[in-house]
Amino acid sequence: MADLFSGTLSGLGDLGLLDIGFLAALLRIATPLLLATLGELFAERAGVLNLGIEGTMLLGAMLGFTVGYLSGDLWLGVLAAALAGAAAGLLMALLTVGLGVSQHVAGIGLTMLATGLAFFLYRLIFGQPAVPPSVVPFAPVALPWLSEMPGVGPLFRQAALTWLALLAVPVAAWALYRTRWGLNLRTVGENPRAADAAGVGVAGLRTQALLLSGALMGVAGAYLSLAQFNAFTFGVISGRGWVCIALVVFGHWQPWRSAGAALLFAALETLQLRLQASSLLHLPYEVLLMLPFLLTIVAMALFSRNARAPAALLLPFRKEER
Amino acid sequence: MIALRLERRMEGRGAASWLQFALPLAAVGLALLLCAGLVRLAGAPVGLAYERLLLSGLESGFALQETLVKTAPLVLTGLAVAVAFRARFWNIGAEGQLLAGAMAAGFIGQRAILPGPLLVPLMLAAAAAAGAAWALLPALLRVRLRVDDVVSSLLLNAIMLYGLMALLGGPWKDPASGYPNSAPIRPEAELPVLLGNSLHLGVPLALAAALLLAWVMARTTLGFALRATGAGAEAARYAGIRVEGSLLAAAALSGALAGLAGAGEVGGVHFLVTAEISPGYGYAGIVIATLAELSPLGVVPAALFFALVLTGAEAMARATGVPVYLAHVIQGMALLCMVSLRLFASYRLRLEWRRHG
Repeated sequence: MADLFSGTLSGLGDLGLLDIGFLAALLRIATPLLLATLGELFAERAGVLNLGIEGTMLLGAMLGFTVGYLSGDLWLGVLAAALAGAAAGLLMALLTVGLGVSQHVAGIGLTMLATGLAFFLYRLIFGQPAVPPSVVPFAPVALPWLSEMPGVGPLFRQAALTWLALLAVPVAAWALYRTRWGLNLRTVGENPRAADAAGVGVAGLRTQALLLSGALMGVAGAYLSLAQFNAFTFGVISGRGWVCIALVVFGHWQPWRSAGAALLFAALETLQLRLQASSLLHLPYEVLLMLPFLLTIVAMALFSRNARAPAALLLPFRKEER
Repeated sequence: MIALRLERRMEGRGAASWLQFALPLAAVGLALLLCAGLVRLAGAPVGLAYERLLLSGLESGFALQETLVKTAPLVLTGLAVAVAFRARFWNIGAEGQLLAGAMAAGFIGQRAILPGPLLVPLMLAAAAAAGAAWALLPALLRVRLRVDDVVSSLLLNAIMLYGLMALLGGPWKDPASGYPNSAPIRPEAELPVLLGNSLHLGVPLALAAALLLAWVMARTTLGFALRATGAGAEAARYAGIRVEGSLLAAAALSGALAGLAGAGEVGGVHFLVTAEISPGYGYAGIVIATLAELSPLGVVPAALFFALVLTGAEAMARATGVPVYLAHVIQGMALLCMVSLRLFASYRLRLEWRRHG
């Protein structure tokens, strides 16, 4: 028994699961997932399922890259991505909050529109270059003192956006549970009728949630093109947005649990990359690419029955109809 | 003060039947109008760009054939989405179901040693069955485990695409080809060409499917059960309809139609299986079904329109330099315009005088 245990551990050691590089890679991979998952969470807690996530992330990645590349200032790119994401969120708000269009259809339509726009604008600006243009990515920001520690130092040298994403989790939890705004937002998502009776503007709060949601998704996309891949490609998001929808479900619509789900997911993704590089497992890489989606469906099948979504999710609210 | 108020029209009344024709036209017109800004941004004259986009697919016999060949899969995926949405099974997975059908058709088309008149029907049946099975998965997940069907059917698209790519890179790879393609299907498995040099059997079959589905939805018990389920699960249950059963039936029918679209592409266009067999036909089906107000016969003109746009986008790009992706933007824009306009149509805008107290 003891042998078996140590054998497993050394096997994992071969994969480098226990080293600091693995954890550092995990944080890098988790960054866009954390940002976009929190974005989706805000929208859903206010009662709007934002299926525009995949397209919003792609648009953020594209505009963030373009502005960063052309201006030479990556932060300007991040800002552009946040604004583009917020604009996508505003469109989603106009459709679902203003008009009361089906959230499913509006979200799918928004993803189609934003995806088309991202492709269109990229081709218009950059043409069809043989080698896609790239940027020098964000330099890592070393946390003082911690990054000097022997052994674990590399873990504390990460892109600024990674630190921001990690910081966003407690901030989101605080905003949702410790502020008046968060209480109102949650009430709007659970019982808009009651919120309205208490004088809380349902449409206004849902719009705010969608603006924030879109901005976070846009920045998540910009992280991928500006910090992780250093370039924009048409497949840069490749389903990460859809995965985030599921992460919110596993996270039971709570920031800490959703962030935990995102980290777990990033760990699996990192493991997948290591497996791909190692010779431990002989699987076609497409099968490994498929795994996140497969796991997402399995996890949804396991958790959906017991998960309690915000009660007013998917339901439009109209003051006049009582 | 004067207030604008939205008021829901009475069901069945008010929503005039002319709106069924006017709304999709208005939505497409509005989408084109909004996208004209992008054409200007690309520095091209809007008139020329749109003339190329909308008319180049009609201007020669060859172009017309190409347009009709593209219409076939779009009709089938449009029908697939329409029948699913009608029963409120939110199938976003027509793309993956199309790929499942393409895989099944390719598998049978390469391996079954049969004469054409037997092989082609077998290939179509296998594709329909594969598509249906892939669509039943999210339907069962929803009925049994309450998994959101939009998200699961969407994720299944990615799973099917990667699964297909894994097969094409490995066991199914044609050793004679440098690309990740399957070996070609047997000549007997190719759908007969009916007209010109590319208009294959799949085109009239897709149109027949639209007629058949219109009949099924309007005249049969199955159609009634699907419509009743979509109109309201509670009432349908009260009327003695097995709601779960109709949902699964809608899913199977939907997936079968999308699977047939895949068979048409393998048997009539590519003659082998590749991962690029569908340029998003499954997603376009959502737009087409929505523009058609989920009516099977309405799917045909909507599919024809998007086939024109897809064919014309290349010509537009060549003539004016406007990126072909304008077609994608128009699709998304048309979907959003349509759902917004439909909402306006189901409401009456009322001006009223209100004294604020």
